[in-house]
Amino acid sequence: MVKLIASIGAIALLLAPGVALGAAPPNDAQIAHIAYTAGNIDIAAAKQALAKSGNKAVRGFAQEMVRDHQAVNDKALALVKTLHVTPEQNPTSSALTSQAEKKRAELAKLSGAAFDRAYTANEVAYHQTVNSALADTLIPSAQNAELKSLLQTGLVLFKEHQAHAEHLSASLK
Amino acid sequence: MTKLLVAAVAIAAAAPAATAPHHFYVVVIDNLKFGALPTDPRVGDMIVWRNRDMFRHSATARDGSFDTDLPANGMGKTMLTKSGTIRFYCKYHPGMTGAFTVRK
Repeated sequence: MVKLIASIGAIALLLAPGVALGAAPPNDAQIAHIAYTAGNIDIAAAKQALAKSGNKAVRGFAQEMVRDHQAVNDKALALVKTLHVTPEQNPTSSALTSQAEKKRAELAKLSGAAFDRAYTANEVAYHQTVNSALADTLIPSAQNAELKSLLQTGLVLFKEHQAHAEHLSASLK
Repeated sequence: MTKLLVAAVAIAAAAPAATAPHHFYVVVIDNLKFGALPTDPRVGDMIVWRNRDMFRHSATARDGSFDTDLPANGMGKTMLTKSGTIRFYCKYHPGMTGAFTVRK
């Protein structure tokens, strides 16, 4: 748990306004890459849960994560195509990916109820971090109205996910 | 096709009146919220849920009286079969909630 908090904390720091991306706010191409990466990370985490967990509620939550994040990412891909924006890799999306790989390796060592607790606890922390980043940095920085609107929809959805994860996590303790 | 339509209309006309909904109410779901709800629904009325979100939702009664699947950008129907106040939610996004009172 200490490791989990430390790694989430590191991502939170990177997503804090102006930290990872220097003084300048992220541009739309960078924002698109961060948002898409964040969605893909949660899809991969959910697929890991579906491969490892036998808990019905955890599996239901994981299926919801795959379905919802895939829907947002499909929409994001269609949008960047329409806008002729090429998502641009940046230190924040790279940090998200490397932290997620570490987390996936940690979770891979667990099984049964221990895995379920760790996965759901990470889902709570991960959605908290991404939601803060969306509200404080990504949405205010987005220039294109359609991208901003998609991020706002994402924030409403991910807050739901966070609440669902909190409820699920509490029920597993 | 014309024959098919005629047959369908004939079957609809032959169906007992008691099984036909008295009224239809459309409830729009948008941006993870249930929109305006019927103010005075009665047993035998039908709710048509129109899901405008890109996410799958459900309209699930807490008392178990209905559990309607609402595909992304799709719709679902719920026949009201019991009276009283019915609280419902989306089982995938539990923060989405609503309630209406059904008269006999």
